[in-house]
Amino acid sequence: MTKDECRKLVIDIISDIAPDEDLSAVKPEVRLRDQLQLDSMDFLDIVMELRKRHGIEVPEADYTQLASLDSCAEYLTPKFQAKA
Amino acid sequence: MKDSHYDVAIIGAGMSGLAAGIRLAHFGRKVCIFERHNAPGGLNSFYSLAGRKFDVGLHAMTNYVPPGVKGTPLGKLLRQLRIDREEFALCPQKRSRIAFPGCDLKFTNDFAVLDAEVVAKFPAQADGWRALVQLVRTYDDVSLDARAVSAREIVARHLTDPLLTDMIFCPVMYYGSAQERDMEFGQFVIMFKALFLEGFARPLDGVRVIIRVLLEKFRQAGGERRMKCGVAKIIEQQGRAAVLQLDDGSEITADHVISSIGYPETMTMCQPAHRAEADANTGVLSFVETISAYRQPPAAWGWDDDTIIFFNDSERFDYSRAQELVDPRSGVICFPNNFEYAGAQLPEGLFRVTCLANYGKWAGLPEPEYQAAKAHWLGAMQRSARRFLPPVGDAVLAENLLTTDMFTPRTVRKFTGHLNGAIYGAPRKVRDGRTHLSNLYLCGTDQGFLGIIGAMLSGISMANYHILQKSTS
Repeated sequence: MTKDECRKLVIDIISDIAPDEDLSAVKPEVRLRDQLQLDSMDFLDIVMELRKRHGIEVPEADYTQLASLDSCAEYLTPKFQAKA
Repeated sequence: MKDSHYDVAIIGAGMSGLAAGIRLAHFGRKVCIFERHNAPGGLNSFYSLAGRKFDVGLHAMTNYVPPGVKGTPLGKLLRQLRIDREEFALCPQKRSRIAFPGCDLKFTNDFAVLDAEVVAKFPAQADGWRALVQLVRTYDDVSLDARAVSAREIVARHLTDPLLTDMIFCPVMYYGSAQERDMEFGQFVIMFKALFLEGFARPLDGVRVIIRVLLEKFRQAGGERRMKCGVAKIIEQQGRAAVLQLDDGSEITADHVISSIGYPETMTMCQPAHRAEADANTGVLSFVETISAYRQPPAAWGWDDDTIIFFNDSERFDYSRAQELVDPRSGVICFPNNFEYAGAQLPEGLFRVTCLANYGKWAGLPEPEYQAAKAHWLGAMQRSARRFLPPVGDAVLAENLLTTDMFTPRTVRKFTGHLNGAIYGAPRKVRDGRTHLSNLYLCGTDQGFLGIIGAMLSGISMANYHILQKSTS
């Protein structure tokens, strides 16, 4: 699992949660909240989909790590690698 | 021996129970919905009579926003349930109207129309009106722990003209208030946004379209549904809902129980029953609705401009339990034909009229008198409503009439289980859904998000808040 692949998995989840958002030009370094209309319910769903699809647990204290695609990749890639 | 164990048992397959079930099943919970009736939908259902399909409850789906508008209840609901907007096949209303003596206020799905009407007809109230709208826009109406405040009090700080005040309260109350004469301000805000800032829409085939989408999502997510299998008793042990006894006498257990059947209805189902709490929070507002099907569409009589009309003939609008069987002074007219169906149209003309009623008086009638009262009020309610429509001769309507039907508070009680036939449930809502039992929660009408979109969001919120969120932290 590379960081690029990890970003793609997160994008896949967001596109299922929020199909009405245009994800083609999401800037990986910018906070998701600042470029997409995602509320706290949507972020909770990202966490729950990560667990459902990939068995990845994100404790509540770490939710801030999911702010941008880059921070997601930084935080989640080791978790994916640990599972592989 | 218990027959089965579930992670979550949901009581009632209405909009809220189905929505809660979809969320929970989607995230891997073993969930079962228990429904006493053979038809899903609860307060918003449908039936067939002599080959015709009728909706009950739903006049129009509120909270409609066009595609692309985000951050409103409809968008949240679609995302949370993974529903594609197209699946609901929503067609927007044409125009609606609040009709009071000497004054009409028109409104559409574009708020600017109502805003202009109010400012033109009540120029002295314009500043107060705008301030009220601003307050509504910024108010956190979905807070689960908000303090209850009187909508009458807050609105009176902004609007001083009793006619305008009553005209604004009339639709808001008719479409959701479980309280007589007043409502909690958070509930007022939910309905004001749902009706005026957002708007009305309807699938061509009515509420069944929405229910079918929910059923299919629930099935795909792996949820189980047991119809004609109500919960009879919730048996309490050590502060928990330990066992559910079903109508057929069998028993099941569940880690969590979500009840969508109403606060007093749930309290009286508990063993031991909490009767005093139930009695202290049972609604008294019920309704009668008449529906007439005609050969011709309403357009044939010049009735094609209005989708919904909220009417009142009295000096003050009185939203309270009817003194007689029915209070025909005010009511709601709905023309299901008058939505923008993009070329398609309903096969027959439909004319629906809803008025406030008195459950006790209807419930006490012996059968022959009950039938006679229905026949009498069918005519009386329609005559009352027709005062607010372009005139058409009785003979013309009679010649075109195909059939009529009617529901009374007795019908509501029978099909929804709501005590007193109280459609909007208990006057005091339980926003956080908590009950005296640690694993029993309320969703739906008595949790207090209103309208069908509100009902679905209620099921979603309670499933998230009490079950899904807990297990992520």
